[in-house]
Amino acid sequence: MAEPFILIPGRTSRQGTTLNEGKSTEGYLEEISSLQVAPEDMQRLELEEGDLVRVYNDVGSITVPCKAARGDELPPGILFISYGDKSSHLMGGDTQGCGMPDSKGLDVFLEVASGVVAGQSPGSREIAEDERAE
Amino acid sequence: MSTSEASSATEASPEVRVIKDATCTFCGCVCDDMDLTVVGNRITKAKNACVLGNSWFLNHHIEDRPEALIDGEPAGYEQAMDRAADILLAARFPLTYGLSDTTSEAQRVAVAITDWIGGIVDTTTSVCHGPSGIAFQGVGEVTCSLGEVKNRADYVIFWGGNPAESHPRHFTKFSLMPKGEFVPNGRKDRTAVLIDVRKTKSAKAADIFLQVKPRRDFELAWALRALAKGLELDASIEETTGIPLETLQQVMDGMKRAKFGVILFGMGVTMTRGKHLNSEAILALARDMNQHTRWNAKPMRGHGNVTGADNVVSWSTGFPFGVHLGSGFPRFNPGEFTAADVLARGEADAALIIASDPMSNFSQPARDHLATIPIVVLDPKLSDTARIAEVAFTVSTYGINTGGTVYRMDDVPIPLRPAFESPYKSDLEVLRGIESRIRQRQLADPASDA
Repeated sequence: MAEPFILIPGRTSRQGTTLNEGKSTEGYLEEISSLQVAPEDMQRLELEEGDLVRVYNDVGSITVPCKAARGDELPPGILFISYGDKSSHLMGGDTQGCGMPDSKGLDVFLEVASGVVAGQSPGSREIAEDERAE
Repeated sequence: MSTSEASSATEASPEVRVIKDATCTFCGCVCDDMDLTVVGNRITKAKNACVLGNSWFLNHHIEDRPEALIDGEPAGYEQAMDRAADILLAARFPLTYGLSDTTSEAQRVAVAITDWIGGIVDTTTSVCHGPSGIAFQGVGEVTCSLGEVKNRADYVIFWGGNPAESHPRHFTKFSLMPKGEFVPNGRKDRTAVLIDVRKTKSAKAADIFLQVKPRRDFELAWALRALAKGLELDASIEETTGIPLETLQQVMDGMKRAKFGVILFGMGVTMTRGKHLNSEAILALARDMNQHTRWNAKPMRGHGNVTGADNVVSWSTGFPFGVHLGSGFPRFNPGEFTAADVLARGEADAALIIASDPMSNFSQPARDHLATIPIVVLDPKLSDTARIAEVAFTVSTYGINTGGTVYRMDDVPIPLRPAFESPYKSDLEVLRGIESRIRQRQLADPASDA
């Protein structure tokens, strides 16, 4: 069953370094495709690192592997993902007249991905392209 | 620029050179104290660089790519510049976008091209600190340079940012660790506060961490404004912001005791619901604090010359971003003339994209439209946007191959000291080539100069 969360896309050090190596590199694609979840939420939802989860809103949907956030970095109810192609699938085009789309603090739903086996090839572009706005 | 030869070149071993005081353009810190060891056309060592700068310098070498691609097929510069001029002249509502990772000299020509073709010029600022640019016009900006922060700031608030990961040298070079004229003991003389939704790596560097509830930055800034004015607040502010009233009062007391305070705010503020209103609240708080002592507020800027884009577009058109030049005079209207909007609404019918990759990070509706219009791209790498471009130029990398000027995040211009030459043209050279073709055709056929 899907649960509501708030998603924060943002920059990370690894995203910055792998960006310079190239956006097609495994490191970059892995970094922008890994969803960080608060450890309490991981436990409550019985998620293990690498499990695929589906994150969606009224704009689009992505299926990505999850992992527990470091220590107490994320409070329960908050998700984090490195800003990039995946997070952009959940960004709408409306800027409320200011030029900036809602890019952080996105209302999303999360559910364990069905029909996929945990740990399978995370981060491929095919996943995102298959799951464009529904 | 000072260049010293570490050894002589031979056929077996390429020349080794050291470029002193080179400038890193990866982030808005624009650190200009890099010592680069260059072997042939590759940087092998970047002394003084942070983890991001190191990655920037060591991964930008000469790639074996054609000068340009037209419809995906290799082409020369001359042919590609002709085609680019064709596309831009044929468009009725062209968009020029990007510009945050190129020199200010190139930015200036991009604005000129947009003016000649009567298009929109927008920069990555609009999806970065564009809301802060709107806020500056609403409440002003009590500002200072990073040199003043280094030498004076004894109370530093980082708000909605994670400098430890996004601007790794900011703490050590400007805001926390340095010993300054009026903070002789460096870190010991400063109080640092981090305000964020996430307890990021930057929290370890702070004395006080305020974990604000998501999307409550405006309410928090407004509460601090009330405390600054001596108004009484209800304890329910904790329920609203996530931070106890007692803690807020302690922070405000410290802010009032400071001799020189600064709020350095990031995109956690501008990208979240409220956007320019969040920035306005923070800028107003800094302004209000000057009733008590000296306070400033500065946005933490991301790309190496995004601040230059603001400056160049401002001194060229009078406005910082999202400027329409199709009426014969500049019109500024975020939401109407910003890239995210004109693309998501399907309005732009061609685009000139310089040093940016909107196909990898714009909203899905914007990307969907961008994929349907002819675009001209200038990028050192084959980005997602370059892959779908009708014309994609391979260009040299600014700061590494190309000299020029960039602006640090505090609006201080910094010269670039390139490390080695590139066989590819710079953004400036390509843009000048496109501009001259556009002008030649407009002058030859005045009817096309709409």
